[in-house]
This record gives sequence, structure tokens and C-alpha cells, in this order.
Amino acid sequence: MPYIPHTKRDTEEMLKAIGINQIEDLFEAVPSDLLEMNEFNLPAGFSEQETRQHVSGIAAKNWTAEASFLGGGFYHHYIPEHVTNLGTRSEFFTAYTPYQPEISQGILQAIFEYQTMIVRLTGLDATNASMYDGSSATGETCLMAANITDRKKILVARSVHPQYREVMRTYCNGKGLIMEEVPFDMSSGQVDAAALGSSLTEEIAGIFVQSPNFFGVVENMKELSDMAHEKGAVSVQIITEALSLGILTPPGKNNVDIAVGEGQSFGIPVSGGGPSFGFLACVEKYIRKLPGRIVGETVDEDGKKAYVLTLQAREQHIRREKASSNICTNQTLFAIRALIYLATLGKKLRDLALLNHSHSLAFQKMLSEKGLRRVFSKPFFNEFVVDGCDTLLLQKLKEQRIAGGLPLKRFYPELKNSLLVCVTEMITKDDMEKYLREFLFIKEAPLRSA
Amino acid sequence: MQTIFEKSVLGRSQYQLPVAIAAEIELGEGMTRSMLDLPEVSELDIVRHYTALSQRSFGVDTGFYPLGSCTMKYNPRINEAMAGLKEFAQFHPWQDDADSQGTLELIYRTQEYLTEVTGFPGLTLEPAAGAHGELTAVMMMKAYHLDRNDTQRRKMLIPDSAHGTNPATAAMCGFDTVEVPSDAQGGVDLEKLKAVLDEKTVGMMLTIPNTLGLFDRNILEISKLLHEKGALLYMDGANLNAILGAVKPAKMGVDVMHINLHKTFSTPHGGGGPGGGFVGCVSSLVPYLPAQRIVKDGDSFRLDFSAPKSIGRVRAFYSNFGVIVRAYTYMLRLGKEGTKRIGRYAVLNANYIKARLKDFYNIPFQQHCMHEVVFNDEKQTQYHITTMDIAKRLIDFGYHPPTIYFPLIVHGSLMVEPTETESKETLDEFIDAMMKIAEEAKVTPELLQRAPHSAAVKRVDSVKAARNPVVVCNTCCT
Repeated sequence: MPYIPHTKRDTEEMLKAIGINQIEDLFEAVPSDLLEMNEFNLPAGFSEQETRQHVSGIAAKNWTAEASFLGGGFYHHYIPEHVTNLGTRSEFFTAYTPYQPEISQGILQAIFEYQTMIVRLTGLDATNASMYDGSSATGETCLMAANITDRKKILVARSVHPQYREVMRTYCNGKGLIMEEVPFDMSSGQVDAAALGSSLTEEIAGIFVQSPNFFGVVENMKELSDMAHEKGAVSVQIITEALSLGILTPPGKNNVDIAVGEGQSFGIPVSGGGPSFGFLACVEKYIRKLPGRIVGETVDEDGKKAYVLTLQAREQHIRREKASSNICTNQTLFAIRALIYLATLGKKLRDLALLNHSHSLAFQKMLSEKGLRRVFSKPFFNEFVVDGCDTLLLQKLKEQRIAGGLPLKRFYPELKNSLLVCVTEMITKDDMEKYLREFLFIKEAPLRSA
Repeated sequence: MQTIFEKSVLGRSQYQLPVAIAAEIELGEGMTRSMLDLPEVSELDIVRHYTALSQRSFGVDTGFYPLGSCTMKYNPRINEAMAGLKEFAQFHPWQDDADSQGTLELIYRTQEYLTEVTGFPGLTLEPAAGAHGELTAVMMMKAYHLDRNDTQRRKMLIPDSAHGTNPATAAMCGFDTVEVPSDAQGGVDLEKLKAVLDEKTVGMMLTIPNTLGLFDRNILEISKLLHEKGALLYMDGANLNAILGAVKPAKMGVDVMHINLHKTFSTPHGGGGPGGGFVGCVSSLVPYLPAQRIVKDGDSFRLDFSAPKSIGRVRAFYSNFGVIVRAYTYMLRLGKEGTKRIGRYAVLNANYIKARLKDFYNIPFQQHCMHEVVFNDEKQTQYHITTMDIAKRLIDFGYHPPTIYFPLIVHGSLMVEPTETESKETLDEFIDAMMKIAEEAKVTPELLQRAPHSAAVKRVDSVKAARNPVVVCNTCCT
């Protein structure tokens, strides 16, 4: 039997040591009609070889792009081989939460280093050991903002990732908070600051603005943060493209109180949306309001430097119903992978971020020259919205094994012919040229047929 | 050991980017950062540093890891390989349904397996971890009552033996928690339950088997009492491994439950995560499940969002999809014969340890345990030895300590969960070590009090860490 090593003799000896005749005797507390004695309606177990064939067969039903211009919250970036290699070391992946610090110094130190990376990237003061992902971390941040301010209303920009807003709404409904959306400016692509200002009353716990936003556009976080603070609200910046932290002014410098987002860009494959990890960082004064685990530095009995899970008085296993959150399991394995990625790129993260920006800008201009208009005027990081796209273009690109971008109509009816196009370092010049060729082919098709 | 920041040398970084094909930027003055205080180390430095950190960690691959309530079973390598298949790893979550058939089919098939083993017709794999599944389930309970205009229910009943996540989850949904005491046998005290159960009760959050490792023999009575008052029974499935293949949760009168894929279904715990938090429910709760559902149309699959009463979305995209692939791979390996044996052999292993150590350590509850056995330090107190000392001494014998001081209702509890993947030889060696430690407690108690002796550090000062939190490294790399 796979993964159950007992021989018949082992089982007999163990039953004898316990003083029973059959394993089912151990279930004597289970009402007899509840104990399943029959076979389950399941196929017989597969060998590993058959399993591989079967699962590979299912996987093959996914279409796989050779070049993907899809972004919108999850990004194709290059992953150095040693990042994958170290990130899958089994001492890391087969361990659990480092509750026993003496034999977990490695994982604890790794989390401590991860925390340092996140704090330096965000320009804030403290962070936890990771969250499930960007969306649920943002949901948790709604509760955190309400907890900090003792207020019940959340303002969120409509230019925040649509699924993040859905998750926020679910968390708000659960807790009994009210969430209100603020429109974006159709020409700049940024949140409508005037509309935000008029909704920003002294009832608002926090403003939630994504930058770069779902359209890739960079927001004026400083101005928005200052507006929030004037009314006693916290300013929350959501970040779904973590690579942008390599070049853009960090949240802390823009007077943001809490930065929350998705860390997948740091060395983690897209994998359908997970597992990756969410990050959540804040200014010093809110550290005791953070959900989840935090690692701190201390000493052992001999005065030697050591690490340990700390500030646990916030957490569910100590505080129960008074805890800052119910979160327990997080995504440590992927926080460690991001740490290794960030240690690898180091200061070159800035160069990579710049390259993403320049390449996407160059491609946007190429498209614009051929007639695909840029929709929003304000600067973007590595993805942008173009207008004038139709489904035929995406279909033609697909035939060339190119994922051409994300149509926005589903989320924003007013952007009905718009496409969100993302260009990372994975996109080559050749990919861009292929894309243009297909576009021109379609554009000129009516002429040809005429 | 130095941190990676302390190993940084200015100018050392060797990382090479692809050749740029454009250099123009449109990020104006004030939009960009001037400094990035990240380390500069060589690739070899990185490989050595993180290899060293991994070696200062303890996983299931390192040795026996009987951490109660966490189900630290073997993590099969084929699971990893399948999650890493190119068509899954490079699958972008915004691909449309037609381009996502493999992903949709795999999730659908995983749900079919879970329906068969739990008995629940309704289910979601959207939650990213156990506590996230709990949150989803309690939100569904809230939506269910509100949808029936039953607005007065604000009370969530939680046994005193429960995991801390249960009361924390109820609070996140705006409910008041009411603690229900355990009886002398370690089960729910039925009289005390009846005293607090009324028409204002949302439901009860019950871990089955409970955190004492015991199956509550009154389970059918408990679910009946709750249903009579219109309340719902939520099952915390953290301990499902005990009964997988032996009892279908739906048959116990459970209305909604969560399962930790990283416990019962062998996906790795990753030093603290990722997890996977399946939620299953009875048909009356189906309308409230998260809105994104997978529908099978003939031979193809599609996403459906037409669930107006749904609680909404709890996680973006396909959640921890890679974790679902791992769990499904494991399910295929188990098949019908393996599935039936999981709970039985997990329970056999725990009772074997219990039987062989019963003369050496106190066992507060005598009933046959399920997948885990709770001891405490009552026999060792006379030698001034605590559970903490026993746990730390186990490290010197090459074991990860069990869960300690939980459940809270047992003084000095020491909770051992071996899982079914451990052989009799491994258990025998562990039992020998535990016997040896019991002997040492009498003869050389100072050996225990100062343990561990073999770890990277001695016992650490948690008080200092919390009093003056140092949560980031201060070494500058610029």
C-alpha cells in the first residue's frame, strides 16, 4: 500500500501490544452505523508511473503560450535555477511552523531575512512572515484598518484588481464593515482624487489604492495618503506587481501606512494563481495590529544570537477570539523562495524593473504607431491598456502561441474594446514583432478582401 | 550565523539581465526611488548560505515529526513533480476557460474525490489554508441564517478544547463566542451544551475527533440538539486524518466542514505554508459557497459565477492551485484501498505509542485515542520535570518535539501524532527514547532541564524578543 509501511506481522504485533483483535476495535466510540466498512466508489490506486501518465494527460489539456502578454496580478518573470533549487530543499518544504526554535533556526533566520527584504523594499518598518496571497492579505487589511481606527467604512479605488475587490467585500461583509468604491479618471487612469476627497469623511477607516493599479498606471500615493491622514484614516497601498518596488518610490516615502500585496513576481511560477505569497508591511505604530506570524531576534541561554516567533499575544493560539486574525498557516516556503530571489538580484532588481518599464513603453509605442491607441495618459510600470482590440486579434495571436493580453470588458463595461497588455523581461523583440505582424494582418484584412 | 545582509559586499553581485532593447522611461521626477538597500552576494554565496539555513531546520525528511494536530506525514515526491509540470506551472490564471481545461478538470476531479470521502455534495477548493476554510465556512453559516431572515443568531458555541482559530474565526465574522466545557471523558458536556444552546445560536464549531485525540461518542446527539434549535454544526477538519476512509463527516450531521490539504492529503507544510483549505457542505448551504464554481458541460469544463446568494470570493484566481495538484496526485495513488486505510493506520500507530508508554507518562483520558495521543507531565512533576523539558530533550534524540501545552484543558499536555506513514520500527525507536527520557527524569533531571544539548542554540529567550521586538536586520548594504 503506498505510503503505509505496515507489514501484516507489524499490524498483528501492534494490535497485540494494544490488546485488541482488529483495528476497528479502536473505533468503538464511533456509532456503529457510521463506521464505513464498504469500499469507496473510487478507482483502484495507481502506481506512480500510471499517476504520472494520468496527471500529465490532464495537464496537457491546458493551452500553453510560448509568449504571454498576460499580467493583471500574476506575472511571467524569469526564475534563476538556483532559486527553484534551493527553494525546494526538503528541510524547508517538509518542515512546519518553527514553534520549536532550537531546531528551527534556519527557517526562523530565513523569515527574519525575508522580513528585512520586505521592509527595505516598502520603506516601512515592520512586516509579518507572509500571508496566503495578495487578495486575502488585502481582505485582512480591511479588518486591520477598522481595528486601528475603530471605524467601519472602507474606501477602495475601482482601479484596484477586480478580484481583490471581491475578496475585500467578502471580508468586509463577514465583519460587518461597509465598503465603498471610488471611480477612476477615464483619461489619466488614476483614481479620481476629487471623488475620493468627497467620500473621505471621518467615518472612513482606510483608503485602499493599488499602485501600479490594475491598468498598470502609477498613482499619486503621497497626495492620496495625505488626504487620508487629514481625516484620520489609514492609507493602504495595494501592490500586485511586486517588481515595481524595485524602481518606484517606496510606499513608506509616500506616507503610506500599510503596504499589502502579492509577491509572486519574486521567483515564483504563475501556477494558476498559487501557491505564492502575500506580503503585508506597516509603519512601526501598527506592528501589534498585524495579523500572522512575526520572527524576532533574541538570544539563547548562553547569550548567543537566536531567532524566535514573537509578539504572539496578537495571535489566535494565545488570544483566541481577541486575536488580530485567525491566520495560522501562511506561505513561508514561498516567502523563502522570494528571499533567495531578492538576494540573487540584489540592487539589480532596480535594473530589472527599469527594463520591464522600458520594454513595455517601447512596445506600447510600437502598437500606438500602428493604431492601437493607449487609453490612459499617466505613466505606467510594465502593463498598459490599449483600445481598438477585437477578439479576432487574440485568436490570431493564439494561433501563433501568443497570449495577447486581458480583455477588460468583463470587469469594466466602459472599457469594452480595451486590452491590458503586460511586457516583462520574458517578452523578446521577436515576440513583439510577431504580435505587430498579426495586428497589421487583421487591420489590413478588409483592404485585402476589398 | 551571519545574515545575508552581513555577507553583502558592495560590487559583488554577478546577476546578469538580458540585453535591453529599449531604454526610454516615462517615470518622472519624484516617482522613482534613489536607493535600494538589498545585498550583493555571489551565486555561490547564496547557495551556501541557504543550504546552511536549510540544514539548521527540521522537516519530515530529517526525522520523525510527531507534532500533534499537524499531521506531519510523508510528502511524496511525485506530488512535487506533478505540480511542477510545465502546463500547470506556466498556466496563467487569466487564460480563458477554453485554454484552461486541464486546470478546471483537475480541480473538478479533486472535488469528486472529496465528495466521495466526505459525503458532501457541495464543495469549494478556494480557501488557501485551514483557517481560511474555517472563515469561509463560518461566513456561509452567517449567510445561511441571514438569508432566512434569522438575524438574531449571534452566538457561536466552541468547546474549551478547540483550536484558537475557531474563536478567532467567529470573531472575524462578528459573532460572540460561548465556550462549552468538556466532560470528564473529554467530550462535549451535553448538559452544559443544552444550557447555552438556544434560538440565538449560530452553530457550533467542533473539531472531530477533538484536540484530545478523542472521538466524541455523543456526536449524533450533539448534531441533533443543534439542528433542533435551528443551529448548524461546523466540523473543524484539522484532524480528519483520523477518520479518513473510516467515517464520512456528512453522516454525523455535520453541515459544513473544512479540510487541510496539507495535513490529510500529504501536501508539504513548507515551514509554515502553503496550505489548502477545502470546504464541503450539505445541499442547504450550497447557495452560499464561494461564487466561482466549476461546471462540467459534456466533456468540457467552465467557470460559473451565477450564485447570487454566495458569500463572494475569498481568494483570487484558482487559489493555491499547485497544492490542489499535489493533493490530487496523492488521491490517485491512494485509490479506494489506500483511502480506506489512512484513518485506520493513523489510529493504530497512535494507540500503539499510547499502549507502550502508558506506564511511563500520565494519560489523562483512557478511551482509545484516534490519530493522536495526549500525555502530560504529571508523573514527572515530582522530579521537577515539565513537558517543556521532555520536549526539548527529544531534540537530542533526533526527534521533532510533539505539540506541547495544547490542548489548553490538559495541564502540561504533550500531544503525539505519528501519522500512518511511519513504520513500527520508527515508532519503537521513539518509544525507547521516551522511556529513556522518563528514566532520565528520575536519575539525571538536570539533563532534561538544560536540554537541548545538541541543537544549534540553547533555549531561547522569548520574553526578551517580545519586550523589545527586533524584527529586521539593521546591517546596511549600501
